[in-house]
Amino acid sequence: MTVTAVDKDAEQLTISITTELDAPVARAWGLWSDPRQLERWWGPPTYPATFVDHDLSVGGRCSYFMTGPDGDQPRGWWRIVAVDPPHRLEFDNGFADEDGTPTTGAPVMRMQLDLRERTGGGTTMTIASRFASVGDMEQILERGFAEGITEAVSQIEAILAG
Amino acid sequence: MVVDLTQQQGVDEDRADLVFNALSHRTRRDILRRSMDGELSVSSLARSYAMSFAAVQKHVAVLDRAGLVTKSRHGREQLVRTDMATVHAAQGLLDEFEAVWRARIDRFTEALTAPSKGAAP
Repeated sequence: MTVTAVDKDAEQLTISITTELDAPVARAWGLWSDPRQLERWWGPPTYPATFVDHDLSVGGRCSYFMTGPDGDQPRGWWRIVAVDPPHRLEFDNGFADEDGTPTTGAPVMRMQLDLRERTGGGTTMTIASRFASVGDMEQILERGFAEGITEAVSQIEAILAG
Repeated sequence: MVVDLTQQQGVDEDRADLVFNALSHRTRRDILRRSMDGELSVSSLARSYAMSFAAVQKHVAVLDRAGLVTKSRHGREQLVRTDMATVHAAQGLLDEFEAVWRARIDRFTEALTAPSKGAAP
């Protein structure tokens, strides 16, 4: 189970990551379609995600919050654009206010998931993220998409300081 | 470059606003893409779009103010050239997203191999 390809297009502002999974497509799809399984990996260990709504039909909404080490709870949402279980899911992913409503003026990214059977067993999973502008990418990273990274960096700093 | 722009305090914050505003428009991103070789004039760019010369000229001016393109006179034409630092900045940001997704995929594969007990059907 390894990342086999990373395709970054700086002009189209798109990043696409391909992973080979040692599991059938249906099992991999379950990690997206079942909110309890989704919660096990969507947020980093220091910011685990809790999904309060999870509707993967077209136009459906998923909303979640992540709980940080200091009790802070950044919120986010998905809006389903297209779905073809268990192979394909396309959705917008953005930030939400404390009451769960999408934050006005906050950047949104378009995510596309593809799960394909591999000959000889297993699944090829491709996840693409597309951004509307460099400014959006910057903002998304700043606003906490990268909690995991920030945490990891501060851990490294702590180790170095010790 | 974008990171540098926002990290340098004061004077440069206004510049960062100009840059982000300039990049927020589809046509202007397209102009940047076409102008990497620096061989196109404003008028030849204008022929590529279903909009007036004046409108395209205005987009080029916004990019110019943000320092995303440079213009040079070549005979009667003004040639437009993209400042490649912009593209490099986007590349750096994509690297950060790659790191986020690699961490996420690690957790995904971990969850995949964990027993699916308690999972919804």
